[in-house]
Amino acid sequence: MTGALVEVNNLSVGFTSAGGATLAILRNVDFSFGKGETVGLVGESGCGKSTLALAMMGFLKSGLRVLEGDVLFREHDLFAMDNSALEDIRGGDLALIPQNAGQALTPTSRIGRQIEESVRLHTTLAPERRRERVIELLSQVRLPEPEELLGRYPHEVSGGQQQRVAIAMALAGKPEVLLLDEPTTGLDVTTQAHVLELLRDLASETGTAMVYVSHDLGAVARVSDRIAVMYAGELVLQGPAREVLRNPAHPYARGLLLSIPKLKEAVVPSSMPGRPPPPDAVVQGCAFADRCTMAGQLCCDVSPPLVSTATGEVVRCHYHEKVENLPPPKAPRQGDGRSRDLSDTVLRLDEVSISYAKPGVIDQILGRQPDVTPTVDDIVLDVARGETLGLVGESGSGKSSILNTIAGLRPPRKGAITFENDVNLNAPVDRRDTDLLRRIQLIFQNPDASLNPRHTVAELLAQPLRLYFGLDAGELRDRSIALLEQVRLGSHYLGRLPGQMSGGEKQRVAIARAFAAEPELVLCDEVTSALDVSVQAVILDLLMELQARHNAAYVYVSHDLAVVRAIAGRVAVLYQGRLCEIGPSSKVYSLPSHPYTEVLLGAVLEPDPDSAPVLMAEDAVELSPPARGCPFQRRCPHRIGTICDTTKPPWQKTGDGHAIRCHIPLTDLERRQRRADSARRP
Amino acid sequence: MAVANPAREIPGNRAFRFGAVIREMARRPSGLVGLAIVGGHVLLAVISPWIVPYDFTTQNSHLVLAGPSPEHWLGGDHLGRDVLTRTMLGGRQALVISSLGTLIAVLWGGSLGLVLGLIGGKADDVVMRVVDAFMAIPWILFLLLIIAVLGTADVVLIPTLAFFYGISVIRISRAATHDVTARDFITAARARGERMWTIVWREILPNVRDVLLVDGAMRWSWMILAFSSLSFLGFGITPPTADWGLMIANGRGYMAVAPWAVLAPIIALSSMIIGVNLSADALAKTLGIDRAQKAPV
Repeated sequence: MTGALVEVNNLSVGFTSAGGATLAILRNVDFSFGKGETVGLVGESGCGKSTLALAMMGFLKSGLRVLEGDVLFREHDLFAMDNSALEDIRGGDLALIPQNAGQALTPTSRIGRQIEESVRLHTTLAPERRRERVIELLSQVRLPEPEELLGRYPHEVSGGQQQRVAIAMALAGKPEVLLLDEPTTGLDVTTQAHVLELLRDLASETGTAMVYVSHDLGAVARVSDRIAVMYAGELVLQGPAREVLRNPAHPYARGLLLSIPKLKEAVVPSSMPGRPPPPDAVVQGCAFADRCTMAGQLCCDVSPPLVSTATGEVVRCHYHEKVENLPPPKAPRQGDGRSRDLSDTVLRLDEVSISYAKPGVIDQILGRQPDVTPTVDDIVLDVARGETLGLVGESGSGKSSILNTIAGLRPPRKGAITFENDVNLNAPVDRRDTDLLRRIQLIFQNPDASLNPRHTVAELLAQPLRLYFGLDAGELRDRSIALLEQVRLGSHYLGRLPGQMSGGEKQRVAIARAFAAEPELVLCDEVTSALDVSVQAVILDLLMELQARHNAAYVYVSHDLAVVRAIAGRVAVLYQGRLCEIGPSSKVYSLPSHPYTEVLLGAVLEPDPDSAPVLMAEDAVELSPPARGCPFQRRCPHRIGTICDTTKPPWQKTGDGHAIRCHIPLTDLERRQRRADSARRP
Repeated sequence: MAVANPAREIPGNRAFRFGAVIREMARRPSGLVGLAIVGGHVLLAVISPWIVPYDFTTQNSHLVLAGPSPEHWLGGDHLGRDVLTRTMLGGRQALVISSLGTLIAVLWGGSLGLVLGLIGGKADDVVMRVVDAFMAIPWILFLLLIIAVLGTADVVLIPTLAFFYGISVIRISRAATHDVTARDFITAARARGERMWTIVWREILPNVRDVLLVDGAMRWSWMILAFSSLSFLGFGITPPTADWGLMIANGRGYMAVAPWAVLAPIIALSSMIIGVNLSADALAKTLGIDRAQKAPV
């Protein structure tokens, strides 16, 4: 392509392994974009998307080197430039916005100084004009009160604001290209929507070309004109965003799209079998062939060339014209729509409140409880046998605190937790008997942290089996193999250490460990958040299957509304440690909603070129819940007056166990929401 | 697609196997040299009583401060004893006492640190302040006091050295434990209802073991030096037993006339310490504790 701003030609990047072999991370990548274009670079972890983005700045992580090909910026080869020439381009013409802005900003330097430094390095402004420019930049990224922000340190602003500061810094040199490495991944749903809308506006205001690197097709869909999909170090599909999202010409992209849970459907999405080849695999033919349902002999022998399709996509697939008519790799599993006997309660929480405040020395002597607003308050929940209750909220909403309290790791300050109607669960874990411990199991978000890296799978599974059932060595092995089978892993995994497995396999082992106890209640803490979408679909499917087999109840905590929709029959929405809405998921996900639920649902990004997020409330993060009134009073778009600040809102029931905690009468609330909805979507 | 995926070795994250670790260490230059030096010294210490050319106490008046000769390769000391013989024997005491001392120090300091790191709270606060107090005392003065009162027998020296070195092991082990206790697998074990003993032994220890091993190896070299310093000051070993520290102390007055009588034990002692240090360094790299070593990607 002529006139391209950045042009990657047949680039291969690799490293030399300990064994002396040359292994490629990127293979024969051809990629280019012109002025003002916005391109999304999508793929699952380990597919080389970050390496490619950094290579576009002429940067490679240590140990990596260019095996062949080049990267041209305005027709100059970046890897042939000397360091001082590169320094002039980086940060100035080519700017990077890193994933975790909190870590990318210097913690000991004030925000004003940090941005001023970029201005000094990349512009010729006179010193006295710089401050003005910094303020201009901060207002450009829509930060409120920029003057006041100059004197703050990075830790004094919220995650979303940190990300905005990082964007302001990147814009300081008026770059022609912005590279964004997972710019919104660590952020809350509402903050993410705000930041993406900001980036979208900036792209059209400044005409800067942007490259979004992300695993999240929903986020990329919102901001990109063009989408490129990577798999195992290769660019397998590239084309206009609409085409890629609607009619992907590559089976991998199609599988990826199908494995994303949708807000509108209560089904566990279909999953892709297998996993990407590791970087040291010797690949012959198509890298995706062993996971592809339509792969033939040709795919195993010959690496497919890049071909253009009629719809403007460029694809690396021998049979791309057949992709459209493919059946999904695995039929989606119907969600938890069964009606359950809700009177058979497994778990009941009654006016539970949790506080992290520690009494001071004087309070301890006087035996007083500190008089602070509890972190989690007034939680009334019940979970029936065999059902899934989704617990939804943004970070800091107290979801994990509630799970830890049920598990006995942090006793509640007030209220009663009962198990099976008669067992008191207020006791901490060391005062519960073994059988009670066995019946309640926890699964954690990140299997890297929840599995001891020094234990083999056999040892990991043996722990609960020995503790709860006192099995001997022979029985242990048989039971462990049976458990691995339930999570669809072979017995050869017994000897593996966590470091030798992929993220999805590790999470399956963690699930097997929880089910080794034959629990009646499983507490799932964001169990799929650390996984790739295709793996997430497999894990969700597995959880549903295990639930049906063992009739276990789940309390499923997640920030992802679409995931909860897929797996949970009933949903409770939490804000600042207080319940806002509870009920069957079909009711919670439709109007009328609690205003907070409405805000959350509006902010969800879907991999659909026609869906736009609805930004309602400010994305300002609140650090502590208000002492009185409605917890959502400060951000509510439907606030009706002082009653919201002073009086705790009542539970309003709509039937079917659906209840909304709001002062606004339900009919009125629904009318407001419908009106707002139709005004926004013409 | 044909995928060849050879079983991948992930250093620092595999089950601990002694032979494999030694082999991996020997692949690095520092490890190879270090292991060779330490191995040589240990071998010499074991077999030296049978291979020394002369008796280590025999005084030969012709050999007083004599230079190297074909019969006496390293000459004689101020009392006319063969320097080669005494140098070959001089490391035995240091090696035995420092090995035992280090072992005891790592065992008691390591376990106390582990327990303190796990339970935290008031007990942790109190014990750590005592540890701080002990660390503020110059240990050699304290050691001299104990030795002056109790004598210089091995049964006094080993526990005393082990006690003082164990105190700094507490800090290391406690910090390493803190690193582990914050992780979810400890929470998982607690939620499962495991006993504290099981958590310490099965969950934490395998994760701090590498740190303790490397720390122990470093401490071993310091303890050899400490023991030799004591001997040098005349508190370690009773003459006429051959010992490097003592030999250096005795020979230093005649350094101008008979440098070999000082140089030989100095070279022996420093090579031993360098060997241990190199091995500890290679061990740290092999186990993946050394952060400076970068991963290929």
